[in-house]
Amino acid sequence: MNFIVKNIIRFIILILLQVTVFNNIQLSGFINPYLYVLFILLLPFETPPWLLLILSFFMGLSIDIFSNTIGIHASACVFMGFIRPFILNYISVRDNYESNIEQGLYVYGFSWFFKYALILILAHHSFLFIVEVFSFQNFGDTLIRILLSSIFTLILVITSQFIISKK
Amino acid sequence: MKNLLQIIVRFHFTILFLIIELVCLLLIVNNNNYHKTVFLNSNNAISGGIYEKVTSFSDYIRLTEINDKLSTENTLLHNLLAENYKLSADSFFYYEDSLFKQQYVYRSAKIINNSINKQRNYITLDKGRNQGIKPEMGVITSNGAIGIIKSVSDNYSTVLSLLNSRLKISAKIKKNNHHGSLYWDGKDYRKARLTEIPSHVDINVGDTIITSSYSSVFPEGVLLGTADEILPTTGGNFREIIILLSNDFNQLSYVNVIGDLLKNERIELETEVEK
Repeated sequence: MNFIVKNIIRFIILILLQVTVFNNIQLSGFINPYLYVLFILLLPFETPPWLLLILSFFMGLSIDIFSNTIGIHASACVFMGFIRPFILNYISVRDNYESNIEQGLYVYGFSWFFKYALILILAHHSFLFIVEVFSFQNFGDTLIRILLSSIFTLILVITSQFIISKK
Repeated sequence: MKNLLQIIVRFHFTILFLIIELVCLLLIVNNNNYHKTVFLNSNNAISGGIYEKVTSFSDYIRLTEINDKLSTENTLLHNLLAENYKLSADSFFYYEDSLFKQQYVYRSAKIINNSINKQRNYITLDKGRNQGIKPEMGVITSNGAIGIIKSVSDNYSTVLSLLNSRLKISAKIKKNNHHGSLYWDGKDYRKARLTEIPSHVDINVGDTIITSSYSSVFPEGVLLGTADEILPTTGGNFREIIILLSNDFNQLSYVNVIGDLLKNERIELETEVEK
């Protein structure tokens, strides 16, 4: 039961952090970090797929409600939740994933977590920014926004892992 | 049924994903103005294309009818050819005589969208500014008046249909030249109303109603319809007449757009007087 409470607290903290701090960071209109995806990254391995999708949906929707973009973050999050099991399969470690363990930085090593987070953040940001502009005009600009924001979010995610693990 | 259930159970993850994404899309389109416009615009592009296909198909089906109409019109025009008239040796005229100056130019156009079931009906034509069509030109068929060009884009134009409660057309009774104005009351697409006819005027059911020369849009004498029912006067000096329109607005396909070459001159003169 402990990890359920932990996830709920993480859910709330991440939403508050996102809407109060990170939504206000808009460097040159190209970098918008979205740290809240950390919630989906850190859900336990054995979360049932359907629950994963629904949790992702509500995570995105909560962000949407605060930033007046109903549906946009939700759709990106659901997409991220959808591909998460496939990514986990793709970059699986030698032994099977142990149950009840959250995929933090030091469970399977830095390079594993880096790969895992990079792919999912890229997928989430691509979906998000494409849905946000809703057209393929000026696709170059969209691509730059996706890449820069992904890098920034990735840095934040990894930093947050370091901070938490040092405690 | 069992197989279907099995498929649903097996792919429940993907199916759930698709359903949630669909919900998200609905939320996005309904709640964000920008996305709504983009979505509706692309929707319009698709529906416009479909309309055009449907029209071309229904036109094909009605080819016989249209051919009939065209051939009768052809015969009529043949009868008007110069060769059909015997030149009298007693008189002559110059071809460039100013008495015969051309006033009206006709341009043929095709209807690609039309409606008859609203209060304000509009028609879309497949010709526009590039083909010489301008706002306020008259639109007719061989059966009579249709409406007035409202706005034009490069290759399309919209027509304020006679079946539009905002349009009033200056009309007259053919046999005694009494003027009135014709408008649509928004009820039956085959019938319009003629108002401002003095109550002493002699009019019978079946009398022909044509456009008057007061309008700068239509030439004089374009057919509008026939009197169908003469309403009793309600004490005033004027009476209303219900007109059976000569055009069946539900069956239009090709129209002529009338350009008046002397219109500017006329309007200039008329506004000069008003100064």
